[in-house]
Amino acid sequence: MTTALLETRNLSKHFGGVQAVRHVDFTLAEGELRCLIGPNGAGKSTFFKMLTGQLQPSAGQVLFRGHDISRAEAHDIARLGIGIKTQVPNVFDGLTVRENIWLAASRIYPGKRANAVVDEMLVRIGLTGLAGRVVGQLAHGQRQWVELGIVMSTDPDLILLDEPAAGMTHEEVNRTAELIREINRSKALIVVEHDMQFIRMIAKQVTVFNQGRVLIEDAVENILRNPLVRDIYLGKQAAA
Amino acid sequence: MDLLALLAIQVLYAVAGLALISVGLAIIFGMMRVINLAHGEFLMLGGYAAIVATSHGINIWVAILVVAPIVVGAIGILVERTIIRFLYGRMIDTMLATWGLSLLLVGLTTAVFGNTTVGISAPLGSIQIGAYRTSAYTLFVIAVAIAVLAGIFAVLRWTRLGLIARGTMQNASMAAALGVNPPRVYAVTFGIGAALTGLAGAVLAPVSGVFPTIGVAYVAKSFITVIGGGAAVLSGTVSASALFGTINQIATFVTTPVFGEVALLAAAIVLIRILPQGITGRFFRRSL
Amino acid sequence: MTARAWNIVGLVVVAVVGLGFLVLTPRLVELDTVLELTVYLIMAILALSLALIWGYGGILCFGQSAFFGLGAYTYAIAVFNIGESTVPLLLAIALPAAFASLLGYFVFYGRISDVYLGVITLTVTLILFNSINSTAGPEFHIGSARLGGFNGIPGIPPLNIPGNRSAVIDLEGMFYLATASLLIVYFGLRLLLVSRFGRVIVGIRENEQRAELLGYDSRAYKLATFTIGGALAGFAGCLFANWGSFVSPTIFGLSQSAQIIIWVIVGGRGTLIGPIIGCIGIQWLGTALGANQPSGSGSWANIFSNVPLVLGAILIAFVLLVPKGLVPTLADWGLRILRTRLPALPQRGADRVESERPERA
Repeated sequence: MTTALLETRNLSKHFGGVQAVRHVDFTLAEGELRCLIGPNGAGKSTFFKMLTGQLQPSAGQVLFRGHDISRAEAHDIARLGIGIKTQVPNVFDGLTVRENIWLAASRIYPGKRANAVVDEMLVRIGLTGLAGRVVGQLAHGQRQWVELGIVMSTDPDLILLDEPAAGMTHEEVNRTAELIREINRSKALIVVEHDMQFIRMIAKQVTVFNQGRVLIEDAVENILRNPLVRDIYLGKQAAA
Repeated sequence: MDLLALLAIQVLYAVAGLALISVGLAIIFGMMRVINLAHGEFLMLGGYAAIVATSHGINIWVAILVVAPIVVGAIGILVERTIIRFLYGRMIDTMLATWGLSLLLVGLTTAVFGNTTVGISAPLGSIQIGAYRTSAYTLFVIAVAIAVLAGIFAVLRWTRLGLIARGTMQNASMAAALGVNPPRVYAVTFGIGAALTGLAGAVLAPVSGVFPTIGVAYVAKSFITVIGGGAAVLSGTVSASALFGTINQIATFVTTPVFGEVALLAAAIVLIRILPQGITGRFFRRSL
Repeated sequence: MTARAWNIVGLVVVAVVGLGFLVLTPRLVELDTVLELTVYLIMAILALSLALIWGYGGILCFGQSAFFGLGAYTYAIAVFNIGESTVPLLLAIALPAAFASLLGYFVFYGRISDVYLGVITLTVTLILFNSINSTAGPEFHIGSARLGGFNGIPGIPPLNIPGNRSAVIDLEGMFYLATASLLIVYFGLRLLLVSRFGRVIVGIRENEQRAELLGYDSRAYKLATFTIGGALAGFAGCLFANWGSFVSPTIFGLSQSAQIIIWVIVGGRGTLIGPIIGCIGIQWLGTALGANQPSGSGSWANIFSNVPLVLGAILIAFVLLVPKGLVPTLADWGLRILRTRLPALPQRGADRVESERPERA
């Protein structure tokens, strides 16, 4: 029996009196793509932050390939192979697109190789023409792709995407879905999203969060038909 | 036994002094998130205001308790309107601009008053504690500190001004939607913080005298106290002053004043390491 | 022309001007002006130390004068005790660096926020000032060097050629040393900043969290940067002690700390040439204003020779009106004018601290 890529056991986080994440048991296999859905405040982003080391769990464990990373520092976890694209684009706004990706690539590739990787990545995210532009001046969708490029350049084995399609045009959403499917050919992904159309484009298995707990885990078709899920969304396009 | 009483009074005095010089800053930093590096100069100006008033024949108590706060409060409002209000949200720039202000004020007072120390003798004479004599003014300082802290508590808790101030600090746009004028609240709050600082400077003037660069001695200590105290204005100031004042005074008593300062800084660094949000980040959280 | 080409042109210009300055100045100018210029150049090295840690590293240190003063005092004390200047020079660099790494360790590994760092470094320099200021009596000495308290330490033996105690440096030699050192430090820093280390610290300045999430340990990078800055400041301090053969506690004072920050703000954060220009410019201004005060002067002249007043006003004015500093602002104007004629000019890159707020599509 192979070790899961990522596993959380009884993972919990509370802030003062607020229980953001409660007793979450979660497992992800190598190369798997999982979607994480749930209403705002369900604890998804907090869950992500505990996986990357941005937050320390109040209880429970996070295991990456069997190693306990619950108390590890963010940069150590990144080096183990977990990358995250955060909800609000988290990029180097004052630097150019090329410099952004170079910083990521040069963390694992030496000199010339890093430059080559940067060029390849620019093609992959479709921003070769904008390589010299300062990222702070780009449109929202383009900044999301820069961040995607940064994350992919460190070649992590697990990529966490927190609302990658947020604020994008229809065109951009399609391109992002394609990019995610392409990434999934070699990497594991956990994607948090609200856009049900988008989820249908990429997902097979879906985990539903509600009030800090895992409510259901099932195949995407079943989730979309589940009345419980519809209820907790209170009128979102789950039924569409 | 008498020595113990004396030491107790010294410690209380140190705590009271620290609380007095810090509370104005706690209001400005704690409520407005403004780092005013000219804080020491507000203290200095309070001292000068009291001394100038006294030398013009005004009763010393009026000079200290009335004239100084009003003068420095007015200066505070002027500073807020001309400098601070353009820099809200830019913490580092506020630090730099207020540091420039601090230099400017030092330069101005040196030009006007010269470099020498001016002072007024501490009124009230001395009192006897067993075999020791100590200045009765010490007790006055302690009394003023208690009165000021109690007064702030009363205003914040029970008056409309206090409620408006607290509301605006928490959510300015909401307050505006309810008819409050946030810029005016900021100006008044800054002015009150400055006035309290001026009061502290005036109260301490008879103890150490005043000279243009006296602010330097106070600014670091008051910042350390405010940051160590944490977000709650009153309980933060009280708890941090109590902790640091005691450590400072005991260290000074046992060794030298310089080492007392070092002990204070060391205690502060340790505290921030253990409690990065200050004392009231963990304890007394929802208090004023 | 690409950005890279412009960069190289800039470097060549600096090298040519610098070398020309080095060679020509003592021939064209009188000795007392050379003396004056020497201290400006030494202070420029100090300015570069803060330019590195603040402009590029994003670490606001209010007490850079602490390392400057430690360098000066270490040199003075060591050279009195040892008699030959090579080891004291090395100590003057090593001790401030060690102190910086100790302080930096507590601050960066303790994850203390930037705001508190500013206040802590300020407090440290004030404590140093107070401590040394009170060491006036003869009982305060380290080996054969009396600390001197507020009187300072006079008659500091100058640097000598390593191994040859009698070959001491003279005034003109100090000038050459200061200019050469400034050029070496400048080009050394330029090299550092295009290296991976330099780019990473700029990334950390721009977005520390993102840098961490990419796997960079920001604490280690900041510590290294802070230590290098401390070493450079200490080196400048050693040169300063040599220049005047004298050092006093005012070197730790608030005025000195303020000046270093003002040079960098006025000259331009995020550049190296800016703080050099800011430093030399403001110092020259200070001397000029002070020198122009006629005897029996009226109050106007008094205002201008009132150093804290003028510095404070300059600082406030620049923070409110020219926050990016002179060199970047002038460069922006220049580029804007040129762009209307040469649209193919390159975009700004990592050298600038501020980026314009994006217009979101």
